[in-house]
Amino acid sequence: MTLIQVTDLRRTFEVRRKEEGSRRRHRVEVEAVRDLTFEIAAGEMVGYIGPNGAGKSTTIKMLTGILVPTSGHIRVAGVDPSRNRTALARRIGVVFGQRTSLWWDLPLRDSFDLLQKIYRTDPARHRANLAEFLELLDLGELLDTPVRQLSLGQRMRGDIAAALLHDPEILYLDEPTIGLDVISKGRLREFLRSLNRERDTTLMLTTHDLQDIEALCDRVIVIDHGTQVYDGTLAGLHERGGSTRTLVVDLVDEVAPILIAGAETRRVEGPRQWLSFPADASAAPLVAALASSYDVADLSIQEPDIEDVIRELYSRPPAG
Amino acid sequence: MLHTAVASRSFRRYSTYVGATLAGIFTNSVFGAIMCFVYIEVWAANPDAGGYDVTDAVTYVWLGQAMIMTVAVWGGGSPDDLAARIKSGDVVIDFYRPVGILGWYLAADLGRAAYHLLTRGLAPTLVGGLLFDLRYPADALTWLLFAIAVPLAVVVSFALRMLASLTAFWLLDDVGPRTLLGFAALFFSGLTVPLVLLPSLLRDVALALPWATFLQVPADIWLGKTTGLEVLGAYAFIVAWAVVLLGACALVLQRAERRVVVQGG
Repeated sequence: MTLIQVTDLRRTFEVRRKEEGSRRRHRVEVEAVRDLTFEIAAGEMVGYIGPNGAGKSTTIKMLTGILVPTSGHIRVAGVDPSRNRTALARRIGVVFGQRTSLWWDLPLRDSFDLLQKIYRTDPARHRANLAEFLELLDLGELLDTPVRQLSLGQRMRGDIAAALLHDPEILYLDEPTIGLDVISKGRLREFLRSLNRERDTTLMLTTHDLQDIEALCDRVIVIDHGTQVYDGTLAGLHERGGSTRTLVVDLVDEVAPILIAGAETRRVEGPRQWLSFPADASAAPLVAALASSYDVADLSIQEPDIEDVIRELYSRPPAG
Repeated sequence: MLHTAVASRSFRRYSTYVGATLAGIFTNSVFGAIMCFVYIEVWAANPDAGGYDVTDAVTYVWLGQAMIMTVAVWGGGSPDDLAARIKSGDVVIDFYRPVGILGWYLAADLGRAAYHLLTRGLAPTLVGGLLFDLRYPADALTWLLFAIAVPLAVVVSFALRMLASLTAFWLLDDVGPRTLLGFAALFFSGLTVPLVLLPSLLRDVALALPWATFLQVPADIWLGKTTGLEVLGAYAFIVAWAVVLLGACALVLQRAERRVVVQGG
């Protein structure tokens, strides 16, 4: 079932710019998002990635209805977000890594109580959800702590619980792991995975942290300069970005750079050589060929770095 | 239900800053005492200035001290929170919620006002009552009439502060409008000089402005200068300003929302 449907989405902003040599400021139209088309089915976990200023937040704002598209269509859970913002608000949750929806001076408990009243969540349902999230997010002992005294990781967990108490069908997360340490990031990812698994909550996540994507998302949408440059699986992204795997070969002796079909020798350091080959190709024939022609002492394979893949995608001119 | 919860949370939030409250009570009490000594001299020279006797004048001083924070004469309260959220961009979270912004912030400000009335309002008045001879409402009804006028005045003040804060959507900084509003309130609220003391034309103008609801109108109910049906007129005056200004807030907020949602901020 399609939950989010975006068709030919376009959004421009007017900015005033001063031209060189002129004292007047001119209005210039900037396209933040253009020709964006995608669908997200219920229960998917989608990574929405792109460099700063690519149009990620602009898209999220339009999906949640607090920004009207310049043209194009959006349907989220069957409604037009900007026309039904209030009704939609009850069905979605939004988490901003750099903003909080909790009340700064009040204990965590009060924020949760207020949210129950804001969303008019059934009290029993609210209690059950709260109990579950407190347990899963390890927030129980922090309930009476004022939000301003929480650490960033604790606050973030509080914010995620806050966004979920009204049982949203869709959870938008804007940089949810920004500034968190490795352990907190891991816990958060584990929680989001179980949320998707247990409750079938649809997740759309913008992030700079590619480990978030690797840990959570089966599908990645990459946008750059407001246009979509990729939509598909993470594995496909590797392929598309021309990513390669590296075979690190330790030979018995120092020899000239290895010459072998299907791979390219990138580096030689004493008896150790680095060979790159396409990420989607199998390493087995290479290894066999190597072993038959060279005295191999040891072998290891390095997986491609997704950051390089995306950098490669960004550096290309946008498709279409 | 939601709004009472918001108001009570706001009350609690202010109550966590005990030190600030105590320091404020001390300041209000000292200023009140100084102003009383000045007023006593003025009324010695002119015993029925503005239709007040010296007891009225001294009582007016303490009512003024009690109203400074309660009505937030010089600004502050929940509209300041909103202005900060507009500047930081956090206001977007307010837009995400399925509740009205105006009602939310009004509830929060009424909670704050209740806290300030019980602390910064009541305590200096008790101090004043110990140091000076004050006039108290003549009967239970007058107490009640005064008690109704105060929250209404808070609403008028809230709407004015809110209008100043909402300019942050366009100006990014609301310091200018807020300072301007503070100056207007300083003079037209009657906090420096009771409005009844002003020369006739200026007095008539000042008594028609919304700031008159901050102190002069409730004080005249307390002092028994406004009685009987006149009280209904006083209420009508406050309510009219509250309605007009809240309406203006709603309109401006609608424009601001359009600006954020349609133009993209």
